[in-house]
Amino acid sequence: MAQLVAVVAAAEAVDSVVDKQPVIDVRDAVKRYGVGDASIFALDGVSLTIDAGEYVAIMGPSGSGKSTLMNILGALDNMTSGEYFLDGIEISSMDESHLSIVRGRKIGFIFQSFNLIPRTTAIANVELPMAYQGVKSKERRERALVALDVVGLGDRINHEPTELSGGQQQRVAVARALVTRPALLLADEPTGALDSKSTADLLDLFDQINAAGRTVVVITHELDVAHRAKRIIRMRDGKIVSDDLNKERVA
Amino acid sequence: MSVFEIVRFAIRGLFTNRLRTFLTVLGITIGVASVIILLAVGNGSSKAIQASLDRLGTNSLQVRSGGGGFGPRARATASSQKPLTILDAAALMDKSQAPDILQVAPIASTNGTCVVGASTTTPSTFYGTWPAYYKASNTSIQSGSYFTNDDVTQGRRVALIGQTTATALFGTASPIGQTMRCSGIEFTVIGLTTVKGASGFQDGDSLVLIPITTMENSITGNQPLSSIIVEATSSKTTDAAQTELTSILDARHGISGRKTADFSVFNQASLLTTASTSSKTFTTLLGMVAAISLLVGGIGITNIMLVTVIERTREIGIRKAIGAPKGAILSQFLIEATILSVLGGALGVVAGFVGSHFTIAGTKPVIVPASVFLAFGVSILIGVFFGGYPASRAASLRPIEALRYE
Repeated sequence: MAQLVAVVAAAEAVDSVVDKQPVIDVRDAVKRYGVGDASIFALDGVSLTIDAGEYVAIMGPSGSGKSTLMNILGALDNMTSGEYFLDGIEISSMDESHLSIVRGRKIGFIFQSFNLIPRTTAIANVELPMAYQGVKSKERRERALVALDVVGLGDRINHEPTELSGGQQQRVAVARALVTRPALLLADEPTGALDSKSTADLLDLFDQINAAGRTVVVITHELDVAHRAKRIIRMRDGKIVSDDLNKERVA
Repeated sequence: MSVFEIVRFAIRGLFTNRLRTFLTVLGITIGVASVIILLAVGNGSSKAIQASLDRLGTNSLQVRSGGGGFGPRARATASSQKPLTILDAAALMDKSQAPDILQVAPIASTNGTCVVGASTTTPSTFYGTWPAYYKASNTSIQSGSYFTNDDVTQGRRVALIGQTTATALFGTASPIGQTMRCSGIEFTVIGLTTVKGASGFQDGDSLVLIPITTMENSITGNQPLSSIIVEATSSKTTDAAQTELTSILDARHGISGRKTADFSVFNQASLLTTASTSSKTFTTLLGMVAAISLLVGGIGITNIMLVTVIERTREIGIRKAIGAPKGAILSQFLIEATILSVLGGALGVVAGFVGSHFTIAGTKPVIVPASVFLAFGVSILIGVFFGGYPASRAASLRPIEALRYE
C-alpha cells in the first residue's frame, strides 16, 4: 500500500514537470462477458486518449458499451485485455485493494443516483474521501467547506441527503468528487435524475470546473448534455464510431 | 485513515439503527448473564452441600445393621442377621486392632414423646449414647453441661435437648435444670445443644440425648443398637478406619467368604465425594445451557451483521468508489460487531452480578470469578469470530456490483 502511495506521489511529481502526458490512455481495451460462443463483447478494442484539461462527452445508446467503458475508466472494473494508463500509472493489472487507492486519489465520481452516504450530513459526505486518504480532520473540514462553497451549498453543510433536493444532492456529490483534487472528474449520466433547472445549474458548474483546468468526462445519452462538452465520442456495439471536437464550443 | 476514524464510522453505523443494535446487544447480555448466574447457582449449591456435610463431620463413619443391598435377597438374610450390640462398639475401641479409630459411640434409638405440663413434643431424634458421641457427630452445647461417662455408668436420668425440643417444651424459658417426662420416665435437662439447622428433611434440633444405659434400663430394655458412630483419627484415615472396623465386625459376626455382611458402613467422606461429584455434574449442565445461550447470542450478531452488510451494500460500494481500502471496510464492520459484543458482554457482567444477589431455586448463588472473565472473553471472541464473516463479505464486495445493488 505504502509503495503504491509513493508511486502515485512520484507520478504526480513527474506530472508537474512533463505535464504533457494524457490523463487517460486506453489501448485496445476489450471487455468480454461469458466464454466461447456465448460470449459478448461489451468493449471490442477501444483505444482512447484524453489529455489534461479536456471536457469530453461519451455518448451512445444503451448497450453501446459506454457504461462498461465508464467502469473501466473509473477503475471500478477490470478489462479482459488491453492496457490502461491513468495519469501515467498503469492500472490494468492492479488488484482491487490497489485500485481503491488510485480511485481515491485520481478520480472524482459523480453518479446518476447521487450515491451520497445515507443519514450522513453533506459535510461529512464531502469529508469522507479525504478521511480514507488520511487527511487530518482540521484540514479536511476546511477543504470540505471550500468545496461546498464552490458548489453553492455553503449554507446547507449540516443537512442530510433526505433534506436536500436532487440538484442539491448532486452538487454535494460534485463537491465530494472535487475535494480530493482528482486528475479526472468522471460523471455517469449526472443529469439523469435532475429537472431541467438543476440540469442547467449542474452543467454550468461543469463548465466552471473545466475552465479551472480540471479534466471532465461525462457519460450521457442526452444530446444537450453532450453538446456542452468540447469533444464528443460516440459509441456503438462496443466500439468508438466517431470522435469529434464540438464546433459550437471549440472556436 | 486512523483507527479512531473507523471506530467513529462503526459507532455511527450502530446508532443509525438503534432498536436493532439494542436487541443484538440484549442477546449477548442474556448469554453472558446466564453463564455467570447459572454457574453461580451451581457453585452456590455445591457450597451449600459442602457446608451441610461439613456440619456432619467428615471424620466419622456410621455402622448400621443390615447389608448394603436392597430387595428380596437382602431381606432373606435378615433372619440370620446378628444385631449390633454395645459389645461390638466396645470391640472397636481396641487400639491394637484398630489404630486409626479415635473413638466409638453406640447409638440406641427410640420413638418417644416428651411432656412438660401441657406441652408435648416428639423429638425426631431420641438417642441413648455415651460422651464419645459429641465429637463424632459434631454436637456441642450452647448452655448447661454435657452428660459424662460417670452419668452413663450410673445410668442417671439426665438429658441434653435441642433448641426445637426446648422451645416446644419450655417456651422461651431456660430449660437447664428443668424436668421433663419422656416415654414415661422423668429426666433432668442438663444441657442445650448448639443449633445445627436442618439437614435434608430432618430438623437437627428436634433432639433428645440421654445416657445409653438409662435408655436400656428404663425405656427400651436390651434392644440392639440402631447404629455405631466411629470417629477416625483424621479425615485421611477414615478409609483405614473403615477397613479395620469391617474386619473386626466381620470376625465378630462370623462373616466370611460368600456370606453377605449383616451390617453396613456409611462413610461421610465418600458421601461428600458423591455429593460434590453430582453438584459438579449439575454445574456443568448449567454451564452448557448458558454456553448455548451465549452461542445463540453470537449467531444473532452474525445474523444482524449479515443483514447490515446486505442492507448497506450500496453504501459499501460508494465508500469503495471514493477510495475506501478493503481494510477500512473490514475494520469498520468488524468493529461494529465487536462493539455489539463488548457492550453486550459488559452489560451481561453487570446483569450477572445483580442477578446473583437473589436466591434462585432455593440456592444462594456464589459467583465463580473465572466465569466472569470467561464469559466476557468469550463474548468478545464471539464478536470477532461471528462478525468476521459478514465483515469480510462486505470488504470483498466489488464496487461495481455493490453500486448497482438496489
